[in-house]
Formats: sequence, structure tokens, C-alpha cells
Amino acid sequence: MSEPIVKIQHVDKYFGENHVIKDLNLEIEEGEFLTLLGPSGCGKTTILRMVAGFEDATNGIIEVQGERVEDKEAYERDVNTVFQSYALFPHMTVYDNIAYGLVVKKVPKDEIKERVKEMLELVQLMGFEGRRPDAMSGGQKQRVAIARALINNPKVLLLDEPLGALDLQLRKQMQIELKRLQQKLNITFVYVTHDQEEAMTMSDRIAVMKDGIIEHLATPREIYAKPRTKFVASFIGESNIFSGHVTEIEDGIATVETKFGKGRMPAEDFKVGDVAHLCIRPEVLQYSKEPVDGFSISGQVKNMIFVGSVHRTLIGMDEEYDARINRVKYDTAYNEGDTLYLHWEMEDVTGIHGQEDEIDA
Amino acid sequence: MRRMKNAPAAATAGPVSIWMIIFVMAPMIYVFVISFMTRDPYGGIEAKFTFENYTEMLQPLYLKVILKSFKLAFYTTVICLLVGYPMAYWIASKKPSTAAKMLMLVMIPYWTSSLVRLYSANLLAMPNGFLNTALLKLHIISEPLNLLYSDTMVLMGLLITCLPFSVLPLYSSIEKLDKSLIEASKDLGARPVQTFFKVIVPQTMPGIVGCIILVFIPALGMYYVPDVMGGGKVMLIGTLVKNQFLVTKNWPFGASMAILLILITLAILWIYTRFNKLEDLEVV
Ligand SMILES: Nc1ncnc2c1ncn2[C@@H]1O[C@H](COP(=O)(O)OP(=O)(O)OP(=O)(O)O)[C@@H](O)[C@H]1O
Ligand SMILES: [Mg+2]
Repeated sequence: MSEPIVKIQHVDKYFGENHVIKDLNLEIEEGEFLTLLGPSGCGKTTILRMVAGFEDATNGIIEVQGERVEDKEAYERDVNTVFQSYALFPHMTVYDNIAYGLVVKKVPKDEIKERVKEMLELVQLMGFEGRRPDAMSGGQKQRVAIARALINNPKVLLLDEPLGALDLQLRKQMQIELKRLQQKLNITFVYVTHDQEEAMTMSDRIAVMKDGIIEHLATPREIYAKPRTKFVASFIGESNIFSGHVTEIEDGIATVETKFGKGRMPAEDFKVGDVAHLCIRPEVLQYSKEPVDGFSISGQVKNMIFVGSVHRTLIGMDEEYDARINRVKYDTAYNEGDTLYLHWEMEDVTGIHGQEDEIDA
Repeated sequence: MRRMKNAPAAATAGPVSIWMIIFVMAPMIYVFVISFMTRDPYGGIEAKFTFENYTEMLQPLYLKVILKSFKLAFYTTVICLLVGYPMAYWIASKKPSTAAKMLMLVMIPYWTSSLVRLYSANLLAMPNGFLNTALLKLHIISEPLNLLYSDTMVLMGLLITCLPFSVLPLYSSIEKLDKSLIEASKDLGARPVQTFFKVIVPQTMPGIVGCIILVFIPALGMYYVPDVMGGGKVMLIGTLVKNQFLVTKNWPFGASMAILLILITLAILWIYTRFNKLEDLEVV
């Protein structure tokens, strides 16, 4: 692989006492669509702003195209940003907004005209040149913002929740368009969202963040199939998580003693005494009236609900925790209050290493 | 909803318009009427129609006064903008509680009588005052400067009087400025100067225009500032009007000049409303 286009090494960011980004290391490949995904306040925007040059890293190195940029002003960096609030210049027409990046570089007028026309075609806004931003819909404004950011031919485009303000339908449509644009122009996209479905459909790789740390950086498929931490497992898609200690390892199968009973998983690199989270997706969690060999986790059928695409059965494990089972078909063999034993195939469970203090959490 | 909102407005509009008619419209009409009358030999008004009061203004003597008034008002406005804008920008960059305190500091001196402030400025500028003494001690000058009662001191007086009124409208529109627009500009490669003129200035135009209106119009018509700072030696439109009424007792001529001031004011406001909706007027 060639040199990464953005390289972030040991970057920390403090706002006063608040340690917002913690020893961040991230390499972004040329032409990839990388998404920063995580709950509100985990530091996604802060990372983008440090790359764009609006925020200084407290320490660490940020390289763009092999060049260190920490001391460069935002206007000297070859990255461009699409802001969540669009940040279009209200006193300028669509044409002037899009042309701005070239005008400030004193590019000849004819060339600007040519490029703006190209951009308008790219985002399908021909004929809107003379409009003011406040006379446009959210989706149209978003396109102007994208065209404006792309006119400088940036190597890297930073997008901070660019679709956050759009309604669901428009969002889906823009997701497809953005992806198409990214592939067509072969630009590196660093994309921020807290919508996991959006991240899943668009990204080449996803960095799942929590409290200023990247917990898992991998392809959407890998992250879904084999989440690295308990947080990632619970944040991406739905998961049943049973936590406990490994009590026994036999023939490559580990037995984990949880507070709801025993469960099993492939031993992999686990040792007896380790903390393990058993993570099973609701669609592959199995149930029966009698305990299955090696399993003793049980609970009461609490609730059966139809949630659109699937039937969901909630199994009450204790006061706080419900296990979920998703099935396409409604199972008439059970009623509310029945005790069910839970089990799963060895290929359907992901064992995640954990800390002592995570067991009850 | 509309009706409910308008009901209290309608209820207050009645008394307000009566108040306006009695205290604003009536005197203006009176001034307008006498500006076409003749002065009698004893300083009274004679009901004889004439345009003379207006043609009189075209005499070089008066034209010079009008021109100088414009010039000083213009300088005052420009300096107020140049000083007020960075000051307002600086205050707006502070956190709201600090900004509120700083605005208080700007305003506090203006709650003391403006005459007191003008006279103290004069004291500082006296031949044996602080300024000359300091400059002499520092060997920057060898003889005391003769500053008192000059155009410069009148300009100083106008500045002292008008500056806070320039900071307030500027502050209020800078404070509302969307910071992400500045970032967007930088992001697209604009240097600070470009960002300032292409984004910040256009976005704070209401404040700039508000500042011009709040400084230029009063500076044009002030009479006590040229009196105190010019010691009677510097004549501006305001002093001229005042003198016609109180000293020379030529009310019709004073009235015609007052009408001129009113027309200039209306013209400026009219130009302003052509570019902005009136409700955007930033007067804090
Ligand atoms: N200018 C600032 N001054 C002080 N603290 C800040 C500043 N900007 C961000 N923070 C803090 O840094 C942390 C991370 O903020 P950031 O905006 O990067 O989160 P985010 O992941 O983008 O969240 P969201 O999804 O809500 O946009 C938050 O705790 C926030 O309060
Ligand atoms: Mg954010």
C-alpha cells in the first residue's frame, strides 16, 4: 500500500482540563471512505477540526500527504470541509459561494466560470447560479456546500454530519449520491456521523469511537461480525451480551460463568479466569424449553413485539437486562411468562475480552 | 395569533401617535412654516412668505459652514468606525459575561454629563495642561501646542461624544456573526484580510450602517460640542442654528437651516432603508 494520505500520530487534545482526544493514532488511505462513528461528545468533530486546522492538537503529529500540518493555518491546508450547518455565505449567490475558493486564489475569471459550471453539473444544480442560499431547500444547500468544498480539488474532504439536518428519505438519496461522487472523483472522504446505518452503507472503513478513543477500526463487515470491545458490540447493531469469567477450557471451547448462567464460546486466546463478554446477535440467539448441554442461561418470556421487519421476543434475564431474539416468523409455541433456555452455535458467538469492572455494567 | 399579537400594539399605538403628533410633528410643522416667513426688525416673525431664508444659505459664508460640518461629521464617522470596529470585535470575542462588563465600561463615562467630559478634555489640552506638560517633559515638543478652540479639538469633542454609540451597534452585529462562516472562508483558502472584507464586513453591514447613522447624523447637528470645544471660534451647522434662534434672533433663517438638517437626516435614512429593511436597524 502507498503512503497514507492522512496520518495522525499520538495526538492528544485537551479543552482546559477536559481530555477530549486520547493518544489518537489513525492512518487514512488515499481514496478511501473513512467514517468516524460514535456517540455524541466522543470527539468526532474535534478530530476533523484538528485535521482542517481550526483546532490545535495539544500534542502529537498530523500529516497530510506526507507533510506535517500542525503549524499550517487552515487556509494553507489542502483539505476542505463540508459543515453540518452548511455555512454557506448568505450574502452571496450560489455561483459566488461555489466560486469562492478559486476567487480568493485569484484564479482567472474564465477558468472560474468553467469550474463552477462543472461543479454545478456534478451536484446537479444547473440553473441555480443566481439563487441566494436562503431561497433553497436543505438538500440543495447541502449540494452547494459540497460543490463549494470540491472546487479546490482537495485531496481530502472532511464531512461533519453533512446529512444530519435532512429528513430520512432525502438522507438516503444523498448517501447514495455522496458515495457515487466519492468514487467518481476518487477523493478521500473523512466522514462523521452518529448514524450507524449510514456509516455501514457508505464506508470502506469505520472508526468506532468512545470518549476520545478509537475502540475499533475496520471494515463495516468486520466490525459487525467481530466487534473488538463490548462497547462496539452494543453500539453497532443489536447485541445480546452476557459477561462473566472463563471457568473451564476443553477442546478449544471455553465455558463462561455469567450471572444468568453458563454459556460457551470458542476459546481462542482466552485463559481460565479471564473476563469474557459473550456477544450474540438477536437473529442467531436460540432458545428451548430444556437446557442444552453446556448452557444454563435462562429467563422468562416477557414481551413479544412486531417491529416492522421482524418479530422481537424480549426475555427478561433479571430486573434490568432483557435478552432479545429477532425472528422473521412469529413463534406460537411460547407464551409470556414461560421460562426459556438460551444457547447458540459456536460460529454465532463473539468472545470479547473485558475488564473486571465491565461485568455488571 | 396575528390578531392577538397586534392587539397590544394597537392599544399602545394610539397614545404613542398622539405623543408623536404633539411633541414631534407639531414643532416640525411649526419650524417648517416659519422657515418661509420673514424676520421683523425686532427679532420677531412676520407672516410674509419668502424663499430668502433658503437662498441665504447659498452664501459662501454659510456654504463653508455647511461644508465644514459635513467634513467633521465625516471624519468623526470614519474614526469612530476605525476605532469602534476593532473594539467591538475584541469585546465580541470575549465570553458573554466578560463582554457585558466591557460594554458597561464603554458606557459608564457616558452617564456622566457630556459637558463635564468636554471641559475636562479642554483642561487636558490647555497650554499648561497634562498633554502639553507631558510632551514638554518628554522633549517631544519645545513649546506648548496651541490646541484649544481649534477644529481638531471640535473633532476630539465629537469623537468623545459619539464613540460609544458606534461600539454598540457594531458589537451587536459582530456578536451575531456566524463563526462557521469565518471558518468556511478560511477552509476555502481565504487569507485573514480576504475573510475580513469578503465575509465579515458584508455580514456585519447592518452594524456598520447603524454605526454610521448613529454617529454621522448627531455629529452633523451638534451645537454644544463646537461651542465648548471651539470656544465660539468654530462654527458648524448646529451652532449656526442655535445662534439664529438664541443670539441673532433670526428665527426664520434658523428654521430654514434646521429644515436642511432634517432633510439630510431623512435622506440618509431613506438611502439606508433602500438597502435594508427598517427592522434590521441595529440600534441595540
Ligand atoms: N471549543 C470547545 N471548548 C471546550 N470544550 C469543547 C470544545 N469543543 C468541544 N468540546 C468538548 O469536547 C468533547 C468532544 O466534542 P466533539 O464536538 O468533538 O464531539 P462529537 O463527537 O463531534 O459530538 P457530536 O456527535 O455531538 O457532534 C465534548 O465533551 C465537548 O464538550
Ligand atoms: Mg460533532
